[in-house]
Amino acid sequence: MRVDAASVRDQVVSAARAHGVDEVEAILSTSHQALTRFANNAIHQNVAESSSHLSVRARIEGRTARASTTRLNSDAIRDVVEQAIAITRLTEPDEESLPMAESADYQALDRWSEPTAQVTPRERAQAVAEAIAAVESAGQTAAGIYSTDSTEYTLLNSRGVQAHCRETMARFSITAMADGGSGWAKASSCDHRDINPLDLAMSAARKTSQSSAPRELPPGRYTVILEPAAVLDLVGQMFGDFSATAIRDGRSFLNDRIGKQIFGPNITIHDDAYHPMQSGAPFDGEGVPRQRLTLVEKGVVRDIAYCRQAAAKAGAAPTGHGFPLPNEYGEAPLNIVISGGDTSVEQMVAATERGILVTRLWYIREVDPYEKIFTGMTRDGTFLVEGGEVTSGVRNFRFNQGLMEMLSNVVNLGPAVRASGEETFDMVVPAMRINDFNFTEVTRF
Amino acid sequence: MKDLALHALDAVTRGGVTYADVRAIESREREVTTKNGKPGHVSSSESQGIGIRVLAFGCWGFAATSDVSKEGIEAAAALALEIARSGTAAKKHDIVLAPEDKYEATWVSPCAIDPFTIPVDRNLATLLAIDGELRRDPAISLAEASMHFVRERQVFVSTLGSLIDQTRTTSGAGFSALCYKDGEIQKRSYPNSFGGQFQLKGYELIDELDLASHAPRIAEEAIALHSADQCPEGTFDLILDSSQLGLQIHESIGHPIELDRVLGTEANYAGMSFLTLDQLRRLRYGSEIVNVVCDATPEHGPGLGTFAFDDEGVPAQQTDIIRAGEFTGYMTSRETAAAVGEARSNGCMRADGWARLPLIRMTNVSLKPGQQSLEEVFGVDHAIYMETNRSWSIDDKRFNFQFGCEIAWEMRGGKRVRMLKNPSYSGISTEFWNACAAIAGREHWTLWGVPNCGKGQPEQVMGTGHGASPARFRQIKVGSAYAG
Repeated sequence: MRVDAASVRDQVVSAARAHGVDEVEAILSTSHQALTRFANNAIHQNVAESSSHLSVRARIEGRTARASTTRLNSDAIRDVVEQAIAITRLTEPDEESLPMAESADYQALDRWSEPTAQVTPRERAQAVAEAIAAVESAGQTAAGIYSTDSTEYTLLNSRGVQAHCRETMARFSITAMADGGSGWAKASSCDHRDINPLDLAMSAARKTSQSSAPRELPPGRYTVILEPAAVLDLVGQMFGDFSATAIRDGRSFLNDRIGKQIFGPNITIHDDAYHPMQSGAPFDGEGVPRQRLTLVEKGVVRDIAYCRQAAAKAGAAPTGHGFPLPNEYGEAPLNIVISGGDTSVEQMVAATERGILVTRLWYIREVDPYEKIFTGMTRDGTFLVEGGEVTSGVRNFRFNQGLMEMLSNVVNLGPAVRASGEETFDMVVPAMRINDFNFTEVTRF
Repeated sequence: MKDLALHALDAVTRGGVTYADVRAIESREREVTTKNGKPGHVSSSESQGIGIRVLAFGCWGFAATSDVSKEGIEAAAALALEIARSGTAAKKHDIVLAPEDKYEATWVSPCAIDPFTIPVDRNLATLLAIDGELRRDPAISLAEASMHFVRERQVFVSTLGSLIDQTRTTSGAGFSALCYKDGEIQKRSYPNSFGGQFQLKGYELIDELDLASHAPRIAEEAIALHSADQCPEGTFDLILDSSQLGLQIHESIGHPIELDRVLGTEANYAGMSFLTLDQLRRLRYGSEIVNVVCDATPEHGPGLGTFAFDDEGVPAQQTDIIRAGEFTGYMTSRETAAAVGEARSNGCMRADGWARLPLIRMTNVSLKPGQQSLEEVFGVDHAIYMETNRSWSIDDKRFNFQFGCEIAWEMRGGKRVRMLKNPSYSGISTEFWNACAAIAGREHWTLWGVPNCGKGQPEQVMGTGHGASPARFRQIKVGSAYAG
């Protein structure tokens, strides 16, 4: 369905003015998502979704609320504006509420790949079939997904904001299994041509062969080599705390820690929406341009994110990380880039006398919000390293690990790459070799 | 909606298919939250769309669209067929479905007070009153309260000739108090964490929960936890409140009995299950007093997993999962039932709205009430009693779990002797359930709602129900979350 954003904006503003409301915001999104899923060496779930969504926020004398719809005809647009106004009038005013954002210039980002937007079910199925064949020829069983999405997102308001972005995204992930072992690989990119499903399948199959008949080791403190996806899924849990609103609420582990050295000197982290391996919009949920932030510099906490309201409260400048209003969370950095080093995973293995190589982590949950302890499991490719070599697969461990301790014990960093896991959003992260990682239990496989 | 659904079914079957079904859905949702004396998220949303599932060329295809114009529906139908055809590139065998009857039915879930007739300012007034109680002591740095209401009407039609019109209304509410002090964060929630209690009810649920009366105690406990002793590490008799036990059921029984996981179709994401097919009617899952059912029927109660028909047109059913400790059943679908020798599906296929295809999902997976009084459950020399979930994690085959709770007490002779902070416990699913020593009776049984169960690719979020009463477990590992 083609949607004319300017026409929608005009209809929203006109409908609001008919009710005496001058301040109104509209977020219009359209998306086409397709995913081919396979398991037991066959395609088993194969889906596509096409949707449009209009969300309208009104602001009346310090009150604000939002209404949304998937219907985009003129009657529906008028209805959703009326609904937004009606519930806004029934809310309580907030003396800290700000007028809507004003127009701004946004850095152009090219994250649209027309060939990716045009990938057909047949093309996805063909790529999946080749990946399955590679795993099956190794006597293994494959499961995974190949998805291609395209989205357009427009944010407009009555004070002149006209922010628009569009993006394509392809993802391929695969799990191979045989003889008690398993291996996993995943990649994502705005351009599907950057992804090689066959290479990923062969990587998963290799890990599966290496991890068959896994040994059981006792829990305890081990040197670990976390591949980028494992780093991403664990470290990614903390970035919601780099938020002025979270700190003000007392729910952030950075309370009383800003400006302090909490990680090792080899840890530097930026938020950078413009990084070539990143994805996402150059503006936030109110239409404020995203700024680059230095969240951590050589282990010291530097910048935090500010939405407009948190910035006004703190006397700071908004950083362009706010969520669409109204919300309770304020803001968070979403384009994480952790600076890497030059040690490959192979070199980390070679430098490890005894340790555990981890492909992927799973079911990560916060145990302690201020000490930032997380629990979770290893999964799909966990190996014992002895004398600088991978010697066997091992049964999966449960960990209970504090992030401040972990990021103070990083010995080596790999090159930073775009990584994709299942527990948080995609980031640019390196592999890490870490001393004294805390495995507390071992499971049965 | 009926016309839309029938039009879509006609469009997708014109070219000849083995089977097809269509779900046309309209939903309405309201969310109201408060935070530290102010409105938080206040929103209203509606969604309309159609999902077309087709079995052709021996393969499934599914396409969904929010464009319910004639052209939009025709395009989605054609795409569903194209997708099904593409599946032949990696097909092992033709999909075969268990037989099912044709049904024509209309069902509306019980709803005494339509939540959408209650104005937003009344929602806010209720939540702000709770907020005021929570923040009487300035030590509470964050007070949050919320209400959430959803009404979804679905018209299901299929090539079997079924026409099923269902409307479900769900409500939820809860609050929490967080205290940051001296380098430590402690939090208490009521009636449950992560949003509170959710049931298949109208606004009457909000009245029944009587939220405001519990706010002072919850705030006091959040503050008191700062001066409580750390939960010890060791092996103890463990007593769980019914809300925590509900989540324990969800993770260590509900997910493992999903037959699609067992058969490997979730291997890349949600994982598989230790309940391999050879375990059926052989595995000693729990002690003799453990009886668990999967029950979507309205007779089970107003759970998030209660309905009249599942999302592939199969009637709601009750299935025994664990009978006197023995593992007796899985949750199945029309495609998978034959794998466990069943002639028919037991009706567990559910989809997250019009844009997603049905998957095997928990309905209401509940531990039946026990025979013990509450005094008997607590009546041991020494135990740790834990309330309200704080964290949950389990491996991808559902053997090893670890849960954290918001608060605990050391119990001696059935009496609370000291409050404990940061409690956690861990174990292996079957060992845990085999250690079950006492389960409180029906009068202490609550049907809890888990509104945020994730599964599938693309991910689907589903509401599930879990009935439980407080129970005691012998010699469970406690405190490992802070070990090492």
